[in-house]
Amino acid sequence: MSKTIMTVDDSASVRQMVGFTLKKEGYSIIEASDGKDALGKLKGTVHMVITDLNMPNMDGIELIKNIRSQAAYKFIPIVMLTTESQAAKKQEGKTAGATGWIVKPFTPEQLLAVVKKVLR
Amino acid sequence: MSQDDMHRMAFKEEAAELLGELEDSLLALEDQPEDQDLINRVFRAMHTIKGSGAMFGFDDIAAFTHEVETVFDKVRNGLFAVTKPLLDLTLAARDHIKSLLEVSDALDADDEVIQTRGRDILCRLRQLSPTAEPEPVREAVEPASELPRGKATYRIRFRPGPDFYTTGNNPLHLLEDLFALGIVRSYPHTEDIPCLEDIDPESCHVWWDIILGAQVDQGQVQDVFVFVEDECAQLSIEMIDSGSAAADGGVYKKLGEILVERGDLTPEDLAQALASQKRLGALLTESGVVPGPTVEAALVEQDAVRDIRKAREPAAETAASIRVAADKLDNLVDLVGELVIVQAQIKQVVSGSADAVLKTLSEHLERLSDDLRDSTLGIRMLPIGTTFNKYRRLVRDLSAELGKQIDLVTSGEETELDKTVIERLGDPLVHLLRNSIDHGVETPEERLAAGKPARGTVRLTAEHSGGAVVIRIADDGRGLEAQAIRAKAVERGLVSPEAELTEKELYNLIFLPGFSTARAITSVSGRGVGMDVVKRGIESLRGAVEIDSVPGQGTEITVRLPLTLAIIDGLQVQTGQEFFVAPLSIVEECVDLPRTDRLDGDRIVNLRGEIVPYIRLRDFFSIDGRPPDVEQVVVSCVEGSRVGIVVDRVIGEHQTVIKSLGRIYRDVEGLSGATIKGDGTMALILDVPGLLRAAVQS
Repeated sequence: MSKTIMTVDDSASVRQMVGFTLKKEGYSIIEASDGKDALGKLKGTVHMVITDLNMPNMDGIELIKNIRSQAAYKFIPIVMLTTESQAAKKQEGKTAGATGWIVKPFTPEQLLAVVKKVLR
Repeated sequence: MSQDDMHRMAFKEEAAELLGELEDSLLALEDQPEDQDLINRVFRAMHTIKGSGAMFGFDDIAAFTHEVETVFDKVRNGLFAVTKPLLDLTLAARDHIKSLLEVSDALDADDEVIQTRGRDILCRLRQLSPTAEPEPVREAVEPASELPRGKATYRIRFRPGPDFYTTGNNPLHLLEDLFALGIVRSYPHTEDIPCLEDIDPESCHVWWDIILGAQVDQGQVQDVFVFVEDECAQLSIEMIDSGSAAADGGVYKKLGEILVERGDLTPEDLAQALASQKRLGALLTESGVVPGPTVEAALVEQDAVRDIRKAREPAAETAASIRVAADKLDNLVDLVGELVIVQAQIKQVVSGSADAVLKTLSEHLERLSDDLRDSTLGIRMLPIGTTFNKYRRLVRDLSAELGKQIDLVTSGEETELDKTVIERLGDPLVHLLRNSIDHGVETPEERLAAGKPARGTVRLTAEHSGGAVVIRIADDGRGLEAQAIRAKAVERGLVSPEAELTEKELYNLIFLPGFSTARAITSVSGRGVGMDVVKRGIESLRGAVEIDSVPGQGTEITVRLPLTLAIIDGLQVQTGQEFFVAPLSIVEECVDLPRTDRLDGDRIVNLRGEIVPYIRLRDFFSIDGRPPDVEQVVVSCVEGSRVGIVVDRVIGEHQTVIKSLGRIYRDVEGLSGATIKGDGTMALILDVPGLLRAAVQS
């Protein structure tokens, strides 16, 4: 059975690139445009979440905290997409319960390397 | 459109939308300069354009937007107020981004006018906010330091914090990553695991001392732990051996030195311990200076470094495989076969005894001899791919000779088969490939006329399927003509004109001796000696061959082979005082044959309405004595038809180690070898297809 990854980003082009890259590797994808949207779509089996940090309605940090508070997703890998200027944000995200991070800009190969590192 | 283009398109649409939003927000800010929500929206639009732009190669846009974003980050954090000049500049910046986006695909992307305008805007922005230091968008990637030439050795202490799991990390993944880098010795410390009623399953209680020998630099080792550096109660990575030749000489550090280096022992305690004459490890543990597991972990390091150094030595690499004369191997298989037989005898004797100790020993022996048999037979296994290469050449030369264009596509090269099987499979496979190339694939002109690509394809694949290996040769040629085969078979007197045959049965007629439908005899094939020789060759390996075809689309030949020739699953039967073994692979069922059901004149048995001919072993081998009242029939499937073998009694399944009968008995019809039974007596192995042929001839 293919693993399901939720990708959360307010940028449609990033969502497209992430979704496209992961689908090609055989993952099932759930897309969400911000934290609120993501929480609404988070049900059933989700093996991993990849989320942007800076988003309208609910940002990535808030989303990570919310996901971790649900028993079913307490231990799933959550990877955040950050920019290098967000070192403090990265720390905040780790404290909220993020597993790891990918620094923007990234290539499809870098994305896959991180996904394979945390999702097995 | 390439993937990159697709993503770039998506980004441009998105950016155009965001720029529209940005303009609206900026205009609205003019009226409500304090509105935090609007400021956030401006910042987010910039942030997304920057982030996504850099992702899809719009570096100039990313770099420019980054500086504007930096200013708005300050505004957002209240360091800086929204003013008219700021809004003017930001709107100008927004227009600049728009024009950058428009020219991004054009040749004049480096247009001097645009460049100058961009620099001008940034310059004025910096004046507005003097602290806005121009930052590089991306830190220059440091060139990777040179790899250590040999295998470096690292000492890693990885102690996950109790909350390790709550970040979704898994220590086992990290260990797996280390294993992927090189040689790993890990010593898990389990001494901190509380007893069952106190355990908190959601926190991590185990930690590791790891020795890694790998051709990587320290950065690459650190990369493995990049996400968990803050989640570890302790994480240290030290290079303890650089792998250079100079460090190789001599013996690795002593236990005491390792413990001191790791910080587990003070030099004073070490000196005190060394003063007495016992082994250091035991001494330290007894005196309680260092806990037992810690000492063990250090000893693992000693071992690991020794191993890693050994792996570095070139001599060790050449020893990874050794060449042995094939007959030594055959001899070994023979001996193992005899061992298995003796083990079976012991088991039989012991099963009657009540001695528990003896029974345990016998079970041990059985397990050992099974393992020994499996690994000995494993030595003889070779990947079939070694022979595939030589067919590539054959296909190339033959198709050139015949003026055809043919690609050979192979897969399953790694499938392993007994060495003898591979050797004896060569000729049949060459025949089959020649047939596909000569009769199967058409000339380029014919193919084009039939609406197919000019280049034909022959696929050669191998795969495991149950206890057998299946080899397929499939071409995309013209396929077989069932009616032509039928006509030819009737003409040659191989089938009667009235015979009702399915298509598949018709196709399989080409395996009969003296059959060829090729219109012209070529130097390649078509002499009519091909397919029956192939079939016999494969049957001598206890394999089977089948053919299937779709007219106009191609032909597929399936060859099924046993994994090994040395040991088979057999069905033991008895006739008179003689024992025989039939290969279980061709046995379909066993039924009783009461005297009343016998139609001795016809030698057929009525099997649930189906008429099945039989051979009576007692008659065939001229065995003395009277048959019992109820004989038994072993129904087997040979060459697509069912045939019965009548025996006195079916005994049961039996792992059969095949022994050759020697030169004198090689040509005896109906027998392919012999085996030794559990009680030490002998049983002959039936060659059922041969038996059938001999019976038909007589």
